[in-house]
Amino acid sequence: MAAAGPAPGAARGPAVPGDRPLTLPLLLPAWAVIGVFLVVPVGLMVVYSFLTQGFRGGVIWEFSLAAYDRFFLDRGLFGDEPPRLEWTYIAVFWRSLWQAGLATLTCLIVGFPTAWFIATRPARSRTAWAFLITVPYWVNLLIRTVSLRFLIRDQGPVNQALIALGLTDAPIQMLNTDFAVQLGLFYSYLPFMVLPIYAAVERYDFALSEAAADLGASRWVALREVVIPSVRPGIVAGCLLVFIPSLGAFLAPDLLGGAKTYMIGSLIEDQFKGSLGNWPFGAAVSVILLSMVLVALLFYARNQAREGRA
Amino acid sequence: MAEAAVVVRDAVKLYGGVVALDGVSLSIRDNEFFTLLGPSGCGKTTLLRLIAGFERLTSGAIALHGQDIADLPPDRRPVNTVFQHYALFPHMTVLDNVAFGLKMRGVGLAERRRRAGEMLEMVHLSGFAGRFPAQLSGGQQQRVALARALAPGPRVLLLDEPLSALDLKLRQAMRVELKTLQEETGITFIFVTHDQEEALTMSDRIAVMSAGRLQQVGAPREIYEEPVNRFVADFIGETNLVPVEVGAVAGGLAPVALPGGAVLQLAAAPGSEGRHHVSIRPERLRLAPSGAGQLSARVERIIYKGTDLQLVARMAGGGELHVRIQNTARADLPPPGAEVGLVLGEGAARLLAD
Repeated sequence: MAAAGPAPGAARGPAVPGDRPLTLPLLLPAWAVIGVFLVVPVGLMVVYSFLTQGFRGGVIWEFSLAAYDRFFLDRGLFGDEPPRLEWTYIAVFWRSLWQAGLATLTCLIVGFPTAWFIATRPARSRTAWAFLITVPYWVNLLIRTVSLRFLIRDQGPVNQALIALGLTDAPIQMLNTDFAVQLGLFYSYLPFMVLPIYAAVERYDFALSEAAADLGASRWVALREVVIPSVRPGIVAGCLLVFIPSLGAFLAPDLLGGAKTYMIGSLIEDQFKGSLGNWPFGAAVSVILLSMVLVALLFYARNQAREGRA
Repeated sequence: MAEAAVVVRDAVKLYGGVVALDGVSLSIRDNEFFTLLGPSGCGKTTLLRLIAGFERLTSGAIALHGQDIADLPPDRRPVNTVFQHYALFPHMTVLDNVAFGLKMRGVGLAERRRRAGEMLEMVHLSGFAGRFPAQLSGGQQQRVALARALAPGPRVLLLDEPLSALDLKLRQAMRVELKTLQEETGITFIFVTHDQEEALTMSDRIAVMSAGRLQQVGAPREIYEEPVNRFVADFIGETNLVPVEVGAVAGGLAPVALPGGAVLQLAAAPGSEGRHHVSIRPERLRLAPSGAGQLSARVERIIYKGTDLQLVARMAGGGELHVRIQNTARADLPPPGAEVGLVLGEGAARLLAD
């Protein structure tokens, strides 16, 4: 990156805060990163979504709305009959939303007590516990997902154990079910729920719980009325960090869910895989997904701003 | 004597192997402003938290208006607490904070708003109902905490060093206000502090604590003027501890020989013969010409303290004596190095148990 090279003003001695001539060169690396890794790819994606599908992948540089047309409409926008909504891809989105939502809820139900447990340990062991939560992340997500496949398949150790314990006669089918997808998403993204909540609970003033109890709140009421509102920024951040990647996930649905649980991530992946793909369509689906995520983030930002005023 | 509001019997609290409270028994009267006073780590806060229900007794008993509450969780105890750092709910408005206790008691929205409003009026914060705690100054937050704790109408209010985070002027004003509030409402206040001046100003009675034990319980005047032991004498106010030789005790009195030879007749418990200390408050010593008075010393320095001057003198035996002299702009103070005599007023010296 040329922008990261020595700045013209650098020879004039140590930088002084507010020394204006240096501000621009120092900002350039950040701008370059944002430009190269954010603006250009997203821009490309948006542009591609409005191009014509190329033969055997790729694009033809010719403006077209065909990708969006395919996503939303049953019959062509410019056909003789009136256009009608196409449900196939909306159903894929709906299923993805549902799956991601459920995975987020599961992560929250398991993650909140976990985070609470870690945050209430003595300061020294706290760091160790938080560290342990991240240990699975040293192994690549693909490898962990494939391993889950082996664990839960019909002849896998989970089913063997169930049979050995006499809990079931025949293996329970877990692979290629919604359950498997949920398990995969849960396992993949749980730490993203635990860590922000942990950070919030660690900052929580436990005197507030005492104050609530002192004023007559039972433990559950105190949790609802005082604890959860106090650590809500952590909960919201955790939910977003689980929900957003779950929405676009393709490893778990692909490897664990089979054909029935086709999700957005797989839909996009398929458009760029092999020679049968449709790049503009894949780009259009990505743009639609991105828009949805942006709406979720805007909601979060507004929420934070309201919190900030409080 | 009024009915006891809180009775603590043989309270013991251990944290792991550490003794926080070592067999404390006391009885706090109804409508009393009662202060638990002591240095940090003396067990005063532990005792308060035991009464509030945040800690469980290791052994002993606590009764509130005759009812044993040792096994009740804090949300079922009819006491409320003003926390040291206020512990206001940051996500609730001032009004909602004050109304919280009423809400927990099932008081309807309109009624609890009205009563919370009254509480805010009482602490002069009517205009702040819609604000959030972070938008208030420390003194205002303190008042909200007070209103919140009083709103449910407790018969006993616990206050955990509530003034310690305020600046001096505000603290002094709040002392008067708290005392007035206590007298007007007739609620029993149990007040924890390490500030002896605060304790003396506000309390009906004070319990002085040290190392998990009660040292002395009594009215401010008693605590200050008749300390039972060295700890109390030293902790409350400023004092001179002078080593003495106690002679044979007879009829509750004993001859007590001061360094330098003067002998006083002081109240003494039977069997307290031998080497002990007397406590002499600096304001009870009067300067006299050399040779006069019961003690003699050499002036070391004079410290200017505004309303008073503090004269530091050293006795022949080596012990230091502090003498408080009112700052009346006299010019005839002895210069450093001068020999002076010191006169002890009637009752100025008090023989202490160790």
